Amino acid sequence: MSGKTVIEKIFARHTREEVAPGKIVWIDLDVISARDFAGPNVVKNYRNHYKDTPVVDRDRVFFTFDLTVPPKTIQYANNQQICREFAHEQGIRVFDVDRGIGTHTMMEEGIALPGTIVVGTDSHMNILGAVNCFGQGMGDVDIAFGFRKGRTWFEVPRTKLIRVMGKPRVPINGKDLALWILGELKTDRVLGCAVEFVGETVEKLDLPGRITLLSMITEMGGIVGFIPFNNQTMEQILAMNGMGECPAEVRADPDATYDEEIVVDVSGIEAMVAAPPVPHNVCKVSELGDVKVDFGFIGSCTNGRLEDIEAAWKILKGRKIAPGTRLAVVPSTQRVYKAAMDRGMLNDLFDAGAIISNPGCGGCAQGHIGMTGRNEVMLSTGNRNFPGKQGDGFNYLTSPEVVAWSVLTGRLNAKEG
Amino acid sequence: MSLHQFTGRLILLTSAQARLIPDIDTDQIFHNQHLHITEVDQMGRHALGNLEGWTHFPELVQDGDVVVAGANFGSGSSRQHAVDCFRALGVRLIIAESFGAIYKRNAINSGMSIIEFPQAGELVKTGKWEHLNPIHVDLDIGLVKMMDTDETFSIPQLSKVQRDIMAKGSLLNI
Repeated sequence: MSGKTVIEKIFARHTREEVAPGKIVWIDLDVISARDFAGPNVVKNYRNHYKDTPVVDRDRVFFTFDLTVPPKTIQYANNQQICREFAHEQGIRVFDVDRGIGTHTMMEEGIALPGTIVVGTDSHMNILGAVNCFGQGMGDVDIAFGFRKGRTWFEVPRTKLIRVMGKPRVPINGKDLALWILGELKTDRVLGCAVEFVGETVEKLDLPGRITLLSMITEMGGIVGFIPFNNQTMEQILAMNGMGECPAEVRADPDATYDEEIVVDVSGIEAMVAAPPVPHNVCKVSELGDVKVDFGFIGSCTNGRLEDIEAAWKILKGRKIAPGTRLAVVPSTQRVYKAAMDRGMLNDLFDAGAIISNPGCGGCAQGHIGMTGRNEVMLSTGNRNFPGKQGDGFNYLTSPEVVAWSVLTGRLNAKEG
Repeated sequence: MSLHQFTGRLILLTSAQARLIPDIDTDQIFHNQHLHITEVDQMGRHALGNLEGWTHFPELVQDGDVVVAGANFGSGSSRQHAVDCFRALGVRLIIAESFGAIYKRNAINSGMSIIEFPQAGELVKTGKWEHLNPIHVDLDIGLVKMMDTDETFSIPQLSKVQRDIMAKGSLLNI
Protein backbone atom coordinates (compact mmCIF):
# COMPACT_ATOMS: atom_id res chain seq x y z
CA MET A 1 0.00 0.00 0.00
CA SER A 2 1.38 3.36 -0.98
CA GLY A 3 1.81 6.29 1.37
CA LYS A 4 -0.66 9.05 1.99
CA THR A 5 -0.65 12.80 1.52
CA VAL A 6 -1.32 15.25 4.37
CA ILE A 7 -5.02 15.64 3.63
CA GLU A 8 -5.47 11.88 3.25
CA LYS A 9 -3.81 11.31 6.64
CA ILE A 10 -5.93 13.97 8.34
CA PHE A 11 -9.06 12.44 6.81
CA ALA A 12 -8.00 8.95 7.88
CA ARG A 13 -7.88 10.15 11.49
CA HIS A 14 -11.50 11.31 11.23
CA THR A 15 -13.22 8.36 9.60
CA ARG A 16 -13.33 4.59 9.79
CA GLU A 17 -13.81 4.35 6.05
CA GLU A 18 -10.93 3.79 3.70
CA VAL A 19 -9.57 7.09 2.41
CA ALA A 20 -8.65 7.35 -1.25
CA PRO A 21 -8.70 10.30 -3.66
CA GLY A 22 -12.07 10.74 -5.35
CA LYS A 23 -13.90 8.58 -2.84
CA ILE A 24 -16.82 9.99 -0.83
CA VAL A 25 -16.30 9.43 2.89
CA TRP A 26 -18.12 10.55 6.03
CA ILE A 27 -15.83 12.59 8.24
CA ASP A 28 -16.09 13.58 11.90
CA LEU A 29 -15.60 17.31 12.37
CA ASP A 30 -13.60 18.75 15.27
CA VAL A 31 -15.09 22.22 15.05
CA ILE A 32 -18.22 23.54 13.32
CA SER A 33 -18.55 27.32 13.23
CA ALA A 34 -20.62 30.02 11.58
CA ARG A 35 -20.08 33.74 11.21
CA ASP A 36 -22.42 36.68 10.99
CA PHE A 37 -22.95 36.19 7.24
CA ALA A 38 -24.74 32.84 6.87
CA GLY A 39 -24.97 32.40 10.65
CA PRO A 40 -28.67 33.38 10.75
CA ASN A 41 -29.33 31.10 7.77
CA VAL A 42 -27.65 28.27 9.68
CA VAL A 43 -29.93 28.98 12.63
CA LYS A 44 -32.99 29.04 10.38
CA ASN A 45 -32.06 25.70 8.80
CA TYR A 46 -31.30 24.26 12.21
CA ARG A 47 -34.61 25.33 13.73
CA ASN A 48 -36.59 24.16 10.68
CA HIS A 49 -35.06 20.71 10.69
CA TYR A 50 -33.91 19.98 14.22
CA LYS A 51 -36.25 22.19 16.30
CA ASP A 52 -34.79 22.64 19.78
CA THR A 53 -32.61 19.53 19.91
CA PRO A 54 -29.12 20.28 21.24
CA VAL A 55 -26.12 20.79 18.97
CA VAL A 56 -23.70 17.89 18.70
CA ASP A 57 -21.26 19.28 21.26
CA ARG A 58 -21.33 22.67 23.00
CA ASP A 59 -17.55 22.97 22.89
CA ARG A 60 -17.18 22.19 19.20
CA VAL A 61 -19.90 24.50 17.88
CA PHE A 62 -19.77 28.31 18.00
CA PHE A 63 -20.19 31.60 16.17
CA THR A 64 -17.55 34.13 15.12
CA PHE A 65 -18.74 37.58 14.10
CA ASP A 66 -16.22 39.26 11.84
CA LEU A 67 -17.89 40.77 8.79
CA THR A 68 -20.14 43.65 9.79
CA VAL A 69 -18.63 44.37 13.17
CA PRO A 70 -20.23 46.14 14.88
CA PRO A 71 -23.30 45.84 12.64
CA LYS A 72 -23.92 48.87 10.45
CA THR A 73 -27.54 48.19 9.57
CA ILE A 74 -30.58 47.02 11.50
CA GLN A 75 -30.74 43.90 9.32
CA TYR A 76 -27.20 42.87 10.23
CA ALA A 77 -27.82 43.71 13.87
CA ASN A 78 -30.92 41.51 13.85
CA ASN A 79 -29.04 38.72 12.10
CA GLN A 80 -26.32 38.75 14.74
CA GLN A 81 -28.97 38.79 17.42
CA ILE A 82 -30.57 35.67 15.90
CA CYS A 83 -27.21 33.93 16.33
CA ARG A 84 -26.72 35.22 19.88
CA GLU A 85 -30.18 34.04 20.94
CA PHE A 86 -29.56 30.62 19.45
CA ALA A 87 -26.17 30.47 21.15
CA HIS A 88 -27.74 31.38 24.46
CA GLU A 89 -30.44 28.70 24.14
CA GLN A 90 -27.89 26.10 23.15
CA GLY A 91 -25.20 27.18 25.60
CA ILE A 92 -22.57 27.66 22.90
CA ARG A 93 -19.96 30.38 22.52
CA VAL A 94 -20.05 33.55 20.49
CA PHE A 95 -16.80 35.25 19.57
CA ASP A 96 -18.57 38.57 19.29
CA VAL A 97 -18.11 41.71 17.19
CA ASP A 98 -15.11 42.87 19.19
CA ARG A 99 -12.98 39.80 18.50
CA GLY A 100 -11.93 40.05 14.87
CA ILE A 101 -11.55 37.47 12.12
CA GLY A 102 -12.85 34.06 13.15
CA THR A 103 -10.13 31.92 11.60
CA HIS A 104 -7.41 34.03 13.20
CA THR A 105 -9.16 33.92 16.55
CA MET A 106 -9.36 30.14 16.24
CA MET A 107 -5.60 29.95 15.71
CA GLU A 108 -4.92 32.31 18.60
CA GLU A 109 -7.27 30.43 20.93
CA GLY A 110 -5.70 27.08 20.15
CA ILE A 111 -8.98 25.83 18.65
CA ALA A 112 -7.47 25.17 15.22
CA LEU A 113 -4.63 22.72 15.86
CA PRO A 114 -2.41 20.49 13.73
CA GLY A 115 -4.23 17.46 12.38
CA THR A 116 -7.73 18.75 13.15
CA ILE A 117 -10.69 19.49 10.87
CA VAL A 118 -12.43 22.84 11.29
CA VAL A 119 -15.34 24.01 9.15
CA GLY A 120 -17.16 27.33 8.99
CA THR A 121 -19.07 29.67 6.73
CA ASP A 122 -15.88 31.40 5.57
CA SER A 123 -14.42 30.54 2.18
CA HIS A 124 -10.95 31.30 3.55
CA MET A 125 -11.17 28.71 6.33
CA ASN A 126 -8.33 27.01 4.49
CA ILE A 127 -5.84 29.52 5.91
CA LEU A 128 -5.87 27.12 8.85
CA GLY A 129 -3.62 24.97 6.67
CA ALA A 130 -0.88 27.27 8.01
CA VAL A 131 -1.19 25.46 11.36
CA ASN A 132 -1.60 22.09 9.61
CA CYS A 133 -5.36 22.08 10.21
CA PHE A 134 -7.83 21.21 7.47
CA GLY A 135 -10.12 24.24 7.30
CA GLN A 136 -13.07 24.09 4.92
CA GLY A 137 -15.53 26.83 4.04
CA MET A 138 -19.12 25.69 3.69
CA GLY A 139 -22.59 27.03 3.10
CA ASP A 140 -25.36 27.24 5.64
CA VAL A 141 -26.95 23.85 4.84
CA ASP A 142 -23.67 22.05 5.40
CA ILE A 143 -22.98 23.92 8.62
CA ALA A 144 -26.49 23.43 10.04
CA PHE A 145 -26.05 19.70 9.42
CA GLY A 146 -22.64 19.83 11.10
CA PHE A 147 -24.02 21.70 14.12
CA ARG A 148 -26.41 18.82 14.72
CA LYS A 149 -24.47 15.78 13.53
CA GLY A 150 -20.83 16.75 13.97
CA ARG A 151 -19.95 15.14 10.67
CA THR A 152 -20.38 15.55 6.94
CA TRP A 153 -19.49 13.95 3.63
CA PHE A 154 -16.38 14.81 1.69
CA GLU A 155 -15.02 13.74 -1.60
CA VAL A 156 -11.39 13.06 -0.71
CA PRO A 157 -9.52 15.59 -2.82
CA ARG A 158 -6.62 14.66 -5.04
CA THR A 159 -3.36 16.24 -3.90
CA LYS A 160 -1.07 18.30 -6.13
CA LEU A 161 2.56 18.71 -5.13
CA ILE A 162 3.86 22.18 -5.94
CA ARG A 163 7.63 22.24 -6.09
CA VAL A 164 8.72 25.83 -5.67
CA MET A 165 12.11 26.18 -7.36
CA GLY A 166 14.60 29.00 -7.75
CA LYS A 167 15.58 31.82 -5.47
CA PRO A 168 14.10 35.30 -5.79
CA ARG A 169 16.80 37.83 -6.63
CA VAL A 170 15.21 40.55 -4.48
CA PRO A 171 13.68 40.43 -0.98
CA ILE A 172 10.06 39.32 -1.20
CA ASN A 173 7.18 38.72 1.18
CA GLY A 174 4.44 36.13 1.50
CA LYS A 175 2.04 38.12 -0.67
CA ASP A 176 4.52 38.41 -3.53
CA LEU A 177 4.93 34.66 -3.40
CA ALA A 178 1.17 34.03 -3.13
CA LEU A 179 0.42 36.27 -6.12
CA TRP A 180 3.26 34.85 -8.21
CA ILE A 181 2.09 31.29 -7.61
CA LEU A 182 -1.54 32.29 -8.25
CA GLY A 183 -0.44 33.89 -11.51
CA GLU A 184 1.23 30.61 -12.49
CA LEU A 185 -1.51 28.23 -11.39
CA LYS A 186 -4.49 30.47 -12.25
CA THR A 187 -7.82 28.90 -11.29
CA ASP A 188 -7.63 25.63 -13.16
CA ARG A 189 -4.42 23.80 -12.21
CA VAL A 190 -5.41 22.90 -8.64
CA LEU A 191 -9.21 23.33 -8.87
CA GLY A 192 -10.90 21.12 -6.29
CA CYS A 193 -7.54 19.72 -5.09
CA ALA A 194 -5.47 19.80 -1.93
CA VAL A 195 -2.04 21.31 -2.39
CA GLU A 196 1.31 20.63 -0.74
CA PHE A 197 4.10 23.13 -1.28
CA VAL A 198 7.75 22.16 -1.00
CA GLY A 199 10.96 24.04 -1.73
CA GLU A 200 13.26 26.36 0.13
CA THR A 201 11.57 29.68 -0.59
CA VAL A 202 8.17 28.48 0.54
CA GLU A 203 9.35 26.38 3.49
CA LYS A 204 11.29 29.36 4.81
CA LEU A 205 8.09 31.39 5.26
CA ASP A 206 7.21 32.43 8.81
CA LEU A 207 3.70 31.76 10.15
CA PRO A 208 2.15 35.04 8.91
CA GLY A 209 3.70 34.45 5.47
CA ARG A 210 2.20 30.96 5.45
CA ILE A 211 -1.19 32.37 6.36
CA THR A 212 -0.92 34.81 3.45
CA LEU A 213 0.03 32.19 0.88
CA LEU A 214 -2.39 29.51 2.07
CA SER A 215 -5.32 31.92 2.29
CA MET A 216 -5.07 32.40 -1.45
CA ILE A 217 -5.52 28.69 -2.18
CA THR A 218 -9.17 29.72 -2.42
CA GLU A 219 -8.38 32.07 -5.30
CA MET A 220 -6.46 29.23 -6.98
CA GLY A 221 -9.63 27.14 -6.75
CA GLY A 222 -7.96 24.69 -4.36
CA ILE A 223 -9.40 23.07 -1.25
CA VAL A 224 -6.55 23.55 1.22
CA GLY A 225 -2.79 23.92 1.18
CA PHE A 226 -0.03 22.74 3.45
CA ILE A 227 3.64 23.64 3.82
CA PRO A 228 5.90 21.33 5.88
CA PHE A 229 6.79 23.02 9.17
CA ASN A 230 10.29 24.43 9.47
CA ASN A 231 12.07 24.42 12.82
CA GLN A 232 10.38 27.67 13.86
CA THR A 233 6.81 27.02 12.75
CA MET A 234 5.70 25.08 15.83
CA GLU A 235 7.32 27.67 18.08
CA GLN A 236 5.42 30.42 16.25
CA ILE A 237 2.17 28.50 16.59
CA LEU A 238 2.72 28.05 20.33
CA ALA A 239 3.59 31.73 20.65
CA MET A 240 0.35 32.56 18.88
CA ASN A 241 -1.95 30.27 20.85
CA GLY A 242 -0.14 30.52 24.16
CA MET A 243 -0.28 26.78 24.71
CA GLY A 244 2.52 24.81 26.29
CA GLU A 245 2.30 22.15 23.63
CA CYS A 246 0.42 21.23 20.50
CA PRO A 247 -0.36 18.02 18.66
CA ALA A 248 2.43 17.18 16.21
CA GLU A 249 2.28 18.18 12.57
CA VAL A 250 0.77 15.66 10.18
CA ARG A 251 3.36 15.15 7.45
CA ALA A 252 2.95 13.40 4.13
CA ASP A 253 4.38 9.90 3.89
CA PRO A 254 7.68 9.84 1.97
CA ASP A 255 6.06 7.51 -0.56
CA ALA A 256 2.80 9.49 -0.83
CA THR A 257 1.16 9.41 -4.23
CA TYR A 258 0.42 12.80 -5.77
CA ASP A 259 -2.03 13.44 -8.52
CA GLU A 260 0.52 15.66 -10.23
CA GLU A 261 3.74 17.47 -9.48
CA ILE A 262 3.85 21.07 -10.66
CA VAL A 263 7.10 23.03 -10.71
CA VAL A 264 6.86 26.76 -10.12
CA ASP A 265 10.03 28.79 -10.69
CA VAL A 266 10.09 31.85 -8.45
CA SER A 267 13.47 33.25 -9.45
CA GLY A 268 11.85 36.08 -11.43
CA ILE A 269 9.63 37.19 -8.58
CA GLU A 270 9.60 40.79 -7.32
CA ALA A 271 6.94 43.06 -5.82
CA MET A 272 3.69 41.70 -7.25
CA VAL A 273 0.18 42.99 -7.80
CA ALA A 274 -3.11 41.52 -9.05
CA ALA A 275 -4.91 43.99 -11.30
CA PRO A 276 -8.69 43.95 -11.77
CA PRO A 277 -10.90 42.15 -12.52
CA VAL A 278 -9.73 38.79 -11.08
CA PRO A 279 -7.12 37.77 -8.48
CA HIS A 280 -5.13 35.66 -10.95
CA ASN A 281 -4.59 38.68 -13.22
CA VAL A 282 -1.12 39.00 -11.71
CA CYS A 283 1.86 41.07 -12.80
CA LYS A 284 4.94 42.79 -11.39
CA VAL A 285 4.36 46.23 -9.96
CA SER A 286 7.17 47.41 -12.22
CA GLU A 287 5.27 46.24 -15.31
CA LEU A 288 2.07 48.08 -14.62
CA GLY A 289 3.00 51.66 -15.45
CA ASP A 290 1.46 54.64 -13.72
CA VAL A 291 -1.57 53.80 -11.57
CA LYS A 292 -3.20 56.45 -9.43
CA VAL A 293 -4.14 55.19 -5.96
CA ASP A 294 -7.03 56.72 -4.02
CA PHE A 295 -7.45 54.29 -1.18
CA GLY A 296 -5.16 51.83 0.55
CA PHE A 297 -6.37 48.97 2.73
CA ILE A 298 -4.08 47.00 5.02
CA GLY A 299 -5.73 44.07 6.74
CA SER A 300 -7.88 40.98 5.96
CA CYS A 301 -7.39 37.30 6.77
CA THR A 302 -4.63 37.31 4.16
CA ASN A 303 -2.55 40.21 5.51
CA GLY A 304 -3.96 41.29 8.86
CA ARG A 305 -1.31 39.94 11.24
CA LEU A 306 0.89 42.12 13.43
CA GLU A 307 3.85 41.45 11.12
CA ASP A 308 1.83 42.82 8.19
CA ILE A 309 0.97 45.99 10.06
CA GLU A 310 4.56 46.24 11.19
CA ALA A 311 5.83 46.03 7.60
CA ALA A 312 3.66 49.00 6.64
CA TRP A 313 4.50 50.85 9.86
CA LYS A 314 8.22 50.65 9.15
CA ILE A 315 7.60 52.48 5.87
CA LEU A 316 5.01 54.99 7.07
CA LYS A 317 6.44 55.91 10.47
CA GLY A 318 7.34 59.60 10.58
CA ARG A 319 5.84 60.26 7.13
CA LYS A 320 2.52 61.48 5.76
CA ILE A 321 0.38 59.82 3.14
CA ALA A 322 -0.23 61.91 0.02
CA PRO A 323 -2.96 64.56 0.21
CA GLY A 324 -6.23 63.24 -1.19
CA THR A 325 -5.18 59.64 -0.58
CA ARG A 326 -6.78 57.55 2.15
CA LEU A 327 -5.41 54.59 4.07
CA ALA A 328 -7.32 52.18 6.29
CA VAL A 329 -5.61 49.78 8.67
CA VAL A 330 -7.67 46.92 10.11
CA PRO A 331 -5.96 44.45 12.48
CA SER A 332 -7.18 40.88 12.06
CA THR A 333 -7.93 40.31 15.73
CA GLN A 334 -8.30 42.01 19.06
CA ARG A 335 -4.94 40.57 20.10
CA VAL A 336 -3.19 41.96 17.04
CA TYR A 337 -4.90 45.31 17.62
CA LYS A 338 -3.68 45.44 21.20
CA ALA A 339 -0.13 44.45 20.28
CA ALA A 340 0.04 47.06 17.51
CA MET A 341 -1.30 49.63 19.97
CA ASP A 342 1.11 48.66 22.75
CA ARG A 343 4.06 48.95 20.40
CA GLY A 344 3.06 52.42 19.27
CA MET A 345 2.48 51.33 15.68
CA LEU A 346 -1.12 52.50 15.57
CA ASN A 347 -0.10 55.87 16.93
CA ASP A 348 2.51 56.31 14.20
CA LEU A 349 0.12 55.07 11.52
CA PHE A 350 -2.49 57.51 12.79
CA ASP A 351 0.03 60.33 12.56
CA ALA A 352 0.84 59.25 9.01
CA GLY A 353 -2.82 59.79 8.16
CA ALA A 354 -4.31 56.32 8.49
CA ILE A 355 -7.88 55.50 9.47
CA ILE A 356 -7.55 52.77 12.09
CA SER A 357 -10.49 50.52 12.71
CA ASN A 358 -11.46 47.81 15.14
CA PRO A 359 -10.49 44.25 14.14
CA GLY A 360 -12.46 42.31 11.57
CA CYS A 361 -12.66 41.59 7.87
CA GLY A 362 -12.51 45.30 7.14
CA GLY A 363 -12.25 46.16 3.48
CA CYS A 364 -13.13 42.73 2.13
CA ALA A 365 -16.65 42.17 3.30
CA GLN A 366 -18.65 45.18 2.25
CA GLY A 367 -18.24 45.80 5.93
CA HIS A 368 -17.22 48.85 7.79
CA ILE A 369 -14.06 50.34 6.34
CA GLY A 370 -15.43 51.85 3.19
CA MET A 371 -15.88 51.12 -0.48
CA THR A 372 -14.65 52.76 -3.67
CA GLY A 373 -16.74 55.10 -5.78
CA ARG A 374 -16.76 55.04 -9.57
CA ASN A 375 -13.26 55.11 -11.12
CA GLU A 376 -11.57 55.19 -7.74
CA VAL A 377 -8.64 52.85 -7.24
CA MET A 378 -8.26 50.76 -4.10
CA LEU A 379 -4.97 49.07 -3.36
CA SER A 380 -5.80 46.24 -1.00
CA THR A 381 -3.89 43.59 0.91
CA GLY A 382 -6.98 41.37 0.66
CA ASN A 383 -7.48 38.39 -1.57
CA ARG A 384 -10.24 39.26 -4.05
CA ASN A 385 -10.65 42.03 -6.59
CA PHE A 386 -13.78 40.89 -8.41
CA PRO A 387 -15.87 43.66 -9.95
CA GLY A 388 -18.14 45.33 -7.43
CA LYS A 389 -16.79 43.44 -4.45
CA GLN A 390 -15.30 46.48 -2.75
CA GLY A 391 -17.22 49.19 -4.49
CA ASP A 392 -17.74 50.61 -7.94
CA GLY A 393 -14.07 51.36 -8.51
CA PHE A 394 -11.01 49.26 -9.34
CA ASN A 395 -9.34 47.01 -6.84
CA TYR A 396 -5.70 45.90 -6.98
CA LEU A 397 -4.30 43.27 -4.62
CA THR A 398 -0.80 43.56 -3.23
CA SER A 399 1.37 43.39 -0.10
CA PRO A 400 1.32 45.75 2.91
CA GLU A 401 4.70 47.11 1.79
CA VAL A 402 3.43 48.11 -1.65
CA VAL A 403 0.29 49.67 -0.16
CA ALA A 404 2.46 51.69 2.24
CA TRP A 405 4.84 52.95 -0.45
CA SER A 406 1.96 53.75 -2.76
CA VAL A 407 -0.16 55.80 -0.36
CA LEU A 408 2.86 58.03 0.29
CA THR A 409 2.76 59.27 -3.30
CA GLY A 410 -0.77 58.36 -4.37
CA ARG A 411 0.74 56.26 -7.16
CA LEU A 412 1.32 52.50 -7.32
CA ASN A 413 4.87 52.02 -6.18
CA ALA A 414 6.92 49.16 -4.77
CA LYS A 415 9.63 51.31 -3.29
CA GLU A 416 10.46 54.79 -2.13
CA GLY A 417 9.27 56.97 -4.69
CA MET B 1 -42.30 12.35 -14.93
CA SER B 2 -39.52 11.68 -12.46
CA LEU B 3 -37.79 14.37 -10.49
CA HIS B 4 -34.85 13.89 -12.81
CA GLN B 5 -36.72 14.51 -16.06
CA PHE B 6 -37.92 17.92 -17.06
CA THR B 7 -38.39 20.34 -19.90
CA GLY B 8 -36.97 23.84 -20.05
CA ARG B 9 -34.66 26.11 -21.95
CA LEU B 10 -30.91 26.57 -22.14
CA ILE B 11 -29.76 29.84 -20.61
CA LEU B 12 -26.21 30.29 -21.86
CA LEU B 13 -24.18 32.64 -19.66
CA THR B 14 -22.04 34.01 -22.46
CA SER B 15 -19.88 37.09 -22.89
CA ALA B 16 -20.22 39.71 -25.61
CA GLN B 17 -17.95 37.39 -27.64
CA ALA B 18 -20.59 34.63 -27.37
CA ARG B 19 -18.38 32.38 -25.21
CA LEU B 20 -19.31 30.87 -21.86
CA ILE B 21 -18.01 33.20 -19.16
CA PRO B 22 -15.37 31.55 -16.92
CA ASP B 23 -14.75 32.27 -13.21
CA ILE B 24 -18.18 33.71 -12.44
CA ASP B 25 -17.78 34.28 -8.71
CA THR B 26 -20.34 34.36 -5.93
CA ASP B 27 -20.26 38.17 -5.72
CA GLN B 28 -21.35 38.30 -9.36
CA ILE B 29 -24.01 35.66 -8.73
CA PHE B 30 -25.34 37.12 -5.49
CA HIS B 31 -23.69 40.31 -4.36
CA ASN B 32 -22.55 40.65 -0.77
CA GLN B 33 -24.78 43.69 -0.26
CA HIS B 34 -27.78 41.32 -0.14
CA LEU B 35 -26.35 38.79 2.27
CA HIS B 36 -28.64 39.90 5.07
CA ILE B 37 -31.50 38.10 3.29
CA THR B 38 -32.43 34.77 4.85
CA GLU B 39 -35.66 33.94 2.95
CA VAL B 40 -34.94 31.84 -0.13
CA ASP B 41 -37.89 33.24 -2.10
CA GLN B 42 -36.48 36.75 -1.70
CA MET B 43 -33.12 35.77 -3.15
CA GLY B 44 -34.20 35.21 -6.76
CA ARG B 45 -34.45 38.85 -7.71
CA HIS B 46 -30.74 39.38 -7.00
CA ALA B 47 -29.53 36.41 -9.05
CA LEU B 48 -26.64 37.45 -11.34
CA GLY B 49 -27.30 41.04 -10.27
CA ASN B 50 -23.59 41.86 -10.46
CA LEU B 51 -22.69 39.99 -13.65
CA GLU B 52 -22.15 42.38 -16.52
CA GLY B 53 -24.72 41.86 -19.26
CA TRP B 54 -26.87 39.53 -17.17
CA THR B 55 -28.66 41.72 -14.66
CA HIS B 56 -31.95 40.99 -16.48
CA PHE B 57 -31.61 37.29 -15.62
CA PRO B 58 -34.41 37.18 -12.99
CA GLU B 59 -36.90 38.48 -15.59
CA LEU B 60 -35.59 36.17 -18.30
CA VAL B 61 -35.57 32.89 -16.46
CA GLN B 62 -38.52 30.49 -16.34
CA ASP B 63 -39.36 27.45 -14.31
CA GLY B 64 -37.39 24.43 -15.57
CA ASP B 65 -34.61 26.40 -17.22
CA VAL B 66 -31.05 25.09 -17.35
CA VAL B 67 -28.23 27.54 -16.69
CA VAL B 68 -24.99 26.85 -18.59
CA ALA B 69 -21.72 28.49 -17.51
CA GLY B 70 -17.99 28.30 -18.11
CA ALA B 71 -15.18 26.98 -15.92
CA ASN B 72 -14.92 27.51 -12.17
CA PHE B 73 -18.53 28.64 -11.80
CA GLY B 74 -19.33 29.82 -8.28
CA SER B 75 -15.77 30.47 -7.18
CA GLY B 76 -15.30 32.81 -4.26
CA SER B 77 -17.29 32.87 -1.07
CA SER B 78 -19.17 30.09 0.71
CA ARG B 79 -22.57 31.80 0.56
CA GLN B 80 -25.47 29.41 0.06
CA HIS B 81 -27.43 32.35 -1.40
CA ALA B 82 -25.51 31.87 -4.66
CA VAL B 83 -27.22 28.49 -5.05
CA ASP B 84 -30.53 29.38 -3.43
CA CYS B 85 -31.14 32.38 -5.72
CA PHE B 86 -31.35 29.96 -8.67
CA ARG B 87 -33.59 27.56 -6.76
CA ALA B 88 -35.87 30.50 -5.96
CA LEU B 89 -36.30 31.19 -9.68
CA GLY B 90 -37.12 27.59 -10.59
CA VAL B 91 -33.80 26.81 -12.28
CA ARG B 92 -33.68 23.00 -12.46
CA LEU B 93 -30.10 22.37 -13.41
CA ILE B 94 -26.78 24.19 -13.66
CA ILE B 95 -24.29 22.86 -16.16
CA ALA B 96 -20.77 24.30 -16.03
CA GLU B 97 -17.41 23.34 -17.48
CA SER B 98 -16.32 23.11 -13.83
CA PHE B 99 -17.48 24.42 -10.45
CA GLY B 100 -15.83 26.10 -7.50
CA ALA B 101 -15.38 23.46 -4.79
CA ILE B 102 -17.56 25.06 -2.11
CA TYR B 103 -20.26 25.94 -4.62
CA LYS B 104 -20.41 22.31 -5.68
CA ARG B 105 -20.97 21.20 -2.07
CA ASN B 106 -23.58 23.87 -1.46
CA ALA B 107 -25.54 22.92 -4.56
CA ILE B 108 -25.43 19.20 -3.83
CA ASN B 109 -26.39 19.70 -0.18
CA SER B 110 -29.46 21.73 -1.01
CA GLY B 111 -30.60 19.25 -3.63
CA MET B 112 -29.88 21.53 -6.60
CA SER B 113 -28.86 19.53 -9.67
CA ILE B 114 -25.47 20.44 -11.06
CA ILE B 115 -23.43 18.71 -13.72
CA GLU B 116 -19.79 19.24 -14.57
CA PHE B 117 -19.56 19.08 -18.34
CA PRO B 118 -16.22 20.26 -19.77
CA GLN B 119 -17.56 20.00 -23.35
CA ALA B 120 -20.22 22.67 -22.80
CA GLY B 121 -17.97 25.45 -24.07
CA GLU B 122 -17.36 23.66 -27.35
CA LEU B 123 -21.07 23.02 -27.93
CA VAL B 124 -21.75 26.71 -27.42
CA LYS B 125 -18.84 27.79 -29.59
CA THR B 126 -19.92 25.56 -32.48
CA GLY B 127 -23.53 26.70 -32.17
CA LYS B 128 -24.87 23.26 -31.27
CA TRP B 129 -26.30 24.76 -28.09
CA GLU B 130 -27.98 28.12 -28.51
CA HIS B 131 -29.36 30.51 -25.98
CA LEU B 132 -33.02 29.82 -25.14
CA ASN B 133 -33.12 26.53 -27.07
CA PRO B 134 -35.97 24.44 -25.64
CA ILE B 135 -34.66 21.15 -24.27
CA HIS B 136 -35.72 18.00 -22.50
CA VAL B 137 -33.37 16.72 -19.82
CA ASP B 138 -33.13 13.22 -18.39
CA LEU B 139 -30.66 13.24 -15.50
CA ASP B 140 -31.14 9.50 -14.85
CA ILE B 141 -29.51 8.56 -18.11
CA GLY B 142 -27.54 11.81 -18.59
CA LEU B 143 -29.22 13.13 -21.71
CA VAL B 144 -30.09 16.55 -23.12
CA LYS B 145 -32.48 16.49 -26.09
CA MET B 146 -33.05 19.55 -28.26
CA MET B 147 -36.82 19.86 -28.69
CA ASP B 148 -36.56 21.58 -32.09
CA THR B 149 -34.26 19.11 -33.81
CA ASP B 150 -34.44 15.96 -31.63
CA GLU B 151 -30.63 16.01 -31.54
CA THR B 152 -29.37 14.49 -28.29
CA PHE B 153 -26.25 15.09 -26.20
CA SER B 154 -24.84 12.89 -23.46
CA ILE B 155 -23.98 14.63 -20.23
CA PRO B 156 -22.43 13.06 -17.11
CA GLN B 157 -24.84 11.41 -14.69
CA LEU B 158 -25.44 12.55 -11.15
CA SER B 159 -23.07 11.10 -8.58
CA LYS B 160 -24.32 8.74 -5.88
CA VAL B 161 -24.08 11.38 -3.16
CA GLN B 162 -26.07 13.77 -5.36
CA ARG B 163 -28.79 11.19 -5.94
CA ASP B 164 -28.91 10.27 -2.26
CA ILE B 165 -29.31 13.87 -1.15
CA MET B 166 -31.75 14.77 -3.95
CA ALA B 167 -33.92 11.82 -2.96
CA LYS B 168 -34.20 13.34 0.51
CA GLY B 169 -34.51 16.90 -0.79
CA SER B 170 -31.60 18.22 1.27
CA LEU B 171 -28.63 17.09 3.33
CA LEU B 172 -30.62 18.27 6.34
CA ASN B 173 -33.10 15.43 5.85
CA ILE B 174 -30.39 12.78 6.10
